[in-house]
Amino acid sequence: MIVTILDVVIAGLLLGGLYALIAMGLSLQYGVARVLNISHGEFIMLGALTTWMLYTAFGINPLLCLVVCGPLAFILGFILHRTIYKRLSVISATPGIFEGNSMLASFGLLFIIQNLALIAWGSKIKGYSYLAVPVDLGGALFGANRLVTLGFAVLIGVAFYIFLTQTRLGKAIRAAAQDPSTAGLLGVNINLVLALCFGLGAAMAACAGMLISMSYPVNTVMGMEYTVIAIIVVVLGGLGSIPGSFIGGFILGLIGSIVTYFEPGLALVAYYIIFTILLLLKPTGLMGK
Amino acid sequence: MNKLTLTSKNFLILRIILLVGLIILVTLPFYAAIYTTIFLSTIFMYIVLTSSWAMFSGPTAQISLATAAFFGVGIYIAATLGTIMPLLVVVLIGGLVSAALALFVGGLTLRLKGIYFTIFTFGLLELMKNLLLWFEIKFTGTRGRFVVVVDYNTVYFIMLAILVLTLLTAYLIRQSKYGLALQSIGEQEEAAEHIGINVTLVKVFTFAISAFFIGAAGTIMATRWTYVDPYIAFNMNFSFTPVLMAIFGGIGPLFGPVLGAIIFAYLEEILITQFPYYYMLLFGMVMVVSVLYLPNGLIGLIQKWRARATGGEHGNS
Repeated sequence: MIVTILDVVIAGLLLGGLYALIAMGLSLQYGVARVLNISHGEFIMLGALTTWMLYTAFGINPLLCLVVCGPLAFILGFILHRTIYKRLSVISATPGIFEGNSMLASFGLLFIIQNLALIAWGSKIKGYSYLAVPVDLGGALFGANRLVTLGFAVLIGVAFYIFLTQTRLGKAIRAAAQDPSTAGLLGVNINLVLALCFGLGAAMAACAGMLISMSYPVNTVMGMEYTVIAIIVVVLGGLGSIPGSFIGGFILGLIGSIVTYFEPGLALVAYYIIFTILLLLKPTGLMGK
Repeated sequence: MNKLTLTSKNFLILRIILLVGLIILVTLPFYAAIYTTIFLSTIFMYIVLTSSWAMFSGPTAQISLATAAFFGVGIYIAATLGTIMPLLVVVLIGGLVSAALALFVGGLTLRLKGIYFTIFTFGLLELMKNLLLWFEIKFTGTRGRFVVVVDYNTVYFIMLAILVLTLLTAYLIRQSKYGLALQSIGEQEEAAEHIGINVTLVKVFTFAISAFFIGAAGTIMATRWTYVDPYIAFNMNFSFTPVLMAIFGGIGPLFGPVLGAIIFAYLEEILITQFPYYYMLLFGMVMVVSVLYLPNGLIGLIQKWRARATGGEHGNS
């Protein structure tokens, strides 16, 4: 019994670490840059498939791919914000219209990225084996790759939190999240900060993709599933609250693990029900203002 | 005075064109190839989905992604009731159940502002898909269902009827006081409330009307697929496609969504079997370009050109 509980809790934490990482990326993009980026999952897919390609074709260690995928995704996200979303923010009359327009543009991006990937990689499910050795945690067995995933998720989360709270740039990001126009008046280069946030969000997604590819099979249409989870976690934690997304990720992971234990087919259903109830009762989320 | 007679004359010509077009469409199955009827039914379906979507999301500016959910409800009504009831009754039930779902969901969520409503409708689709999938596997033991097959001409005529009703409803709503109320809600919700419009009621009701046509279209289209499962019925693309078609064509004018739907249904027809990835790639690119550079869609662009051609006389239209 105790082993079972431990089993479920650890599985939940392992899943939660991944969710937290995915959601923090989206939270940066929506919370600060105000872009509800539906193509978030496509960056995860890009990270996962690039890692898979580098590992299977060139034998490059997946963890090393972090150095490649992260910066590349950052640059891609930065450029996208500079070209598409910046223009949208200029032509949209109100923040509300901008949110709608930017979401629609990200739909377009979703189709563009996904189909470019389909043309390049095809639609087959891909996987590889890395660090797939079992580790004994008090009687419950878990793959070393999944533990590494959790470790990295926590590491990136904590590092990012320190960056946000301790550095000057982090302060500028928080200011831009609270009130972009006032932050601009106080000398924050708003367009640069927003583009940085968008790029950082994309980089986090790509890192998450790399971690996912170590423990789960991946393919070119995997993105949407993770986008949906990221949106649920972001709403759960409070739109725009980075610590909220971090904690929300773990909460959702635990819920998923518990529901899966009792009724495997209902985990996603449970997520949506929680999501629906939350949107109706407390749309600002757990940590929202 | 001169201008007034001109517009009423234009209106008469437009009416005649529409009438002739309708006569051609109604008589088409008697002399055209089977392929034409099938292809036109698909185009009609997209016009219905897109116009219905624009009926609600156009004036209120609340982007709904529930189209596929209502469409899927229609499909499952066809799959469950198709064998035991006459086709027209099934189509009617498909529409009514979708409308009832829209009433319920709308009543719950239309208070949500902007992006929250969009997120919710998006979640609704996924919730219904996963719940149904779980239910089918757990209780019926199979993932999919078979749908009664109906001959192509019947599908064509029913689809045409739904199309005409959809456009007529969209037109009548625009002409009525009700449409003005809807328009004012989209422009300034608080102000609309202050001048005595029951904002929630008007929105929920329009949402339900649009869902009726989407559900009816789903019911009749299901008969063409013979086999459906939750992934086919609640396919997210049926939520995205109408949004793109409407934005590309132009959300504001009545014929904007129609134009967008025709162009994309045609592109899909010629591209999707041979180059599915390139079609979807094009789809995404047009979406981004439309949002960035075509705020009023193709119709807006045409109006601009015409205004320029007549020397800026109708600069504001």
